[in-house]
Amino acid sequence: MTTTVYGGHAKLVSNAINLSLVGLALTATSAFAEVDVAGSSGIETRYFLQDPAYEGQERAQMSLFVEPEIYTDWNEGSDSLLFKPFARFDEQDDERTHYDIRELQWLHIGETWESRVGISKVFWGQTESLHLVDIINQTDMVESIDGEDKLGQPMINLNTYGDWGRFSAYVLPYFRERTFPGLEGRLRPPLPILDDNVRYESDDEERHVDYALRWQNSIGDWEVGLSYFDGTTREPEVNLTVNPETASIYIESYYAQIEQVGVDLLKVQGSWLLKFEGIYRSGQSEDFTAAVAGFERTTVGVLGTSHDLGVLMEYQYDERENNYFATGQNDLMVGLRWIWNDIDGTEVLTGFIQDLDDTQTYNAFIEASSRMTDNWRWKVDGYFFSSDDPDDTYFVMRRDDHIQVSLEYFF
Amino acid sequence: MKQPKITLWLLMAVLAFTSPVFADEKSEKEGLRIAKERKARDRGWENTVAEMTMILRNAQGQEAERKMRVKTLEVQDDGDKALTVFDSPRDVSGTAFLSFSHAQEPDEQWIYLPALKRVKRIASRNKSGPFMGSEFAFEDMTSFEVGKFTYDYLREDVYQGDKVYVIEQTPQDEFSGYSKQIVWIDQSEYRVRKVEFFDRKGDALKTLEFKDYKLYEDKFWRPLRSFMYNQQTQKSTELVTHTLSFGEDLEESDFDNNSLRRAR
Repeated sequence: MTTTVYGGHAKLVSNAINLSLVGLALTATSAFAEVDVAGSSGIETRYFLQDPAYEGQERAQMSLFVEPEIYTDWNEGSDSLLFKPFARFDEQDDERTHYDIRELQWLHIGETWESRVGISKVFWGQTESLHLVDIINQTDMVESIDGEDKLGQPMINLNTYGDWGRFSAYVLPYFRERTFPGLEGRLRPPLPILDDNVRYESDDEERHVDYALRWQNSIGDWEVGLSYFDGTTREPEVNLTVNPETASIYIESYYAQIEQVGVDLLKVQGSWLLKFEGIYRSGQSEDFTAAVAGFERTTVGVLGTSHDLGVLMEYQYDERENNYFATGQNDLMVGLRWIWNDIDGTEVLTGFIQDLDDTQTYNAFIEASSRMTDNWRWKVDGYFFSSDDPDDTYFVMRRDDHIQVSLEYFF
Repeated sequence: MKQPKITLWLLMAVLAFTSPVFADEKSEKEGLRIAKERKARDRGWENTVAEMTMILRNAQGQEAERKMRVKTLEVQDDGDKALTVFDSPRDVSGTAFLSFSHAQEPDEQWIYLPALKRVKRIASRNKSGPFMGSEFAFEDMTSFEVGKFTYDYLREDVYQGDKVYVIEQTPQDEFSGYSKQIVWIDQSEYRVRKVEFFDRKGDALKTLEFKDYKLYEDKFWRPLRSFMYNQQTQKSTELVTHTLSFGEDLEESDFDNNSLRRAR
């Protein structure tokens, strides 16, 4: 039982160093450089199909988001600056109303190297149903349940490349806590995971300097990646904790110091893409391996149409027994990716993930979208959860099946 | 009473298969000569940078535009490399597509999705799929290489007032979406003027016409408009080149995984 509770409530990155650096660059170049402004904004409604499991939650939820993108370059494109703030306003959930700097990056391109300084976003990996290897950016869990939305990560990144591939080194001077739905939000455990109940292994807390290395190469039909990370885990351990003074129970997030090695592979085999990701992580309450392996096979021009139909299957393995975030211990995902190849760019992705140890535990999703005009796009997403095991992550969300309809405007 | 009907069908089928003129050694040689000359006349351009618009039209007349920038690099003794970056529609702005054509082996392709910062490899066997929703297939967008086809010379003809060779080319890759292509090549400059594509069943599928040829660097002919019409769906795609420049400062490293990640 732990009693130390830190009140570190760093919502916006208080990264004065980065801001002033970018400010300097801006004033130095604004006289010459052309500034591009683009971005997207949208309105999103969520409707939950069942009554809430916990008090304070509602069945309908509406929100607005905006994500502008400001870009400029100079030195004939060798230097560029990208600023991409993000904000969401949610009708129900105070925690889901949040701001972030997704990117605020100065990119410099040299002959055989490039550097990225500021707040940036990096994606590592090959598989679809899980992103095990991808560790640089923190997951923005209030944005969406699929874990594909990420918070901006302050970094100094150096990449060098040649015939031997691409080697990347990262120094990550600031840590971002994972975001979670609040008391009024759905898709949460009985007690919300609040960001004032956070504990770190390192005394430096969010100021611990993390490091990461990655090598990536395309070798014939293969895409190969090897990665190493040393620092604060992006995935907290969540423990039920009692405060002895007030006797109140709360969920504490604990961020350990970890080391993680990762391998990601993809092989093109005719119409098949064979995919693998594996990690070994030490430093949390148990050392473990986790892996995901599978394939995607696409058939073009199905049934005499111009549509593409892709079949996906991935097997998820995780050595950990009981972990709120490790849902894929022995699970199988089957999915369909249906691309219409029409003028509107209509796409449908649907998947079903079955727990092979417990037939009652599964979840399913559908993600569909299409263009209405050059600037507007609709999206319909549905997420469905089932479990009868009270220890399972999907048990706490078993009544959070929902349909999400969004309209996005691109400018 | 059924017997005669079957023989009639058989007779018709035999006729259908035998009616085209069979390729002989001479016409194959002549077809190959024309293809080689076509390639030889388009050597040494090194690299190009182009701004283009793709206009998509469906059978109902609905129209949509895709603006894109294309960088290409000539690779001696193999297929060319191309990097295409999309500027519109806005929801795909920043999406980049990298392809390495190969004369003998399957092509290699990658796509970069800017929202996820993710580079995805594409299964190269799916070359018959549409390129970004257009009537151009992925294989239509890759460079012409002599080794990709076998050839047969069909006839001489006149196309829009110019003397042309008409040749048939058969894809060597069994995963091509086409059983054959009929190509009209003018005799003076060896420029492709028109292509008819036949699907795997042998039915007429699409027609491609190249228009507004312009001479660059006193040597290289490039069409400013390409018009692809799908006879089976009545959909069409027009590819318009707005600007095209040769001899830019481009090299191999502008066509790799890294260039894809920072394309914009």
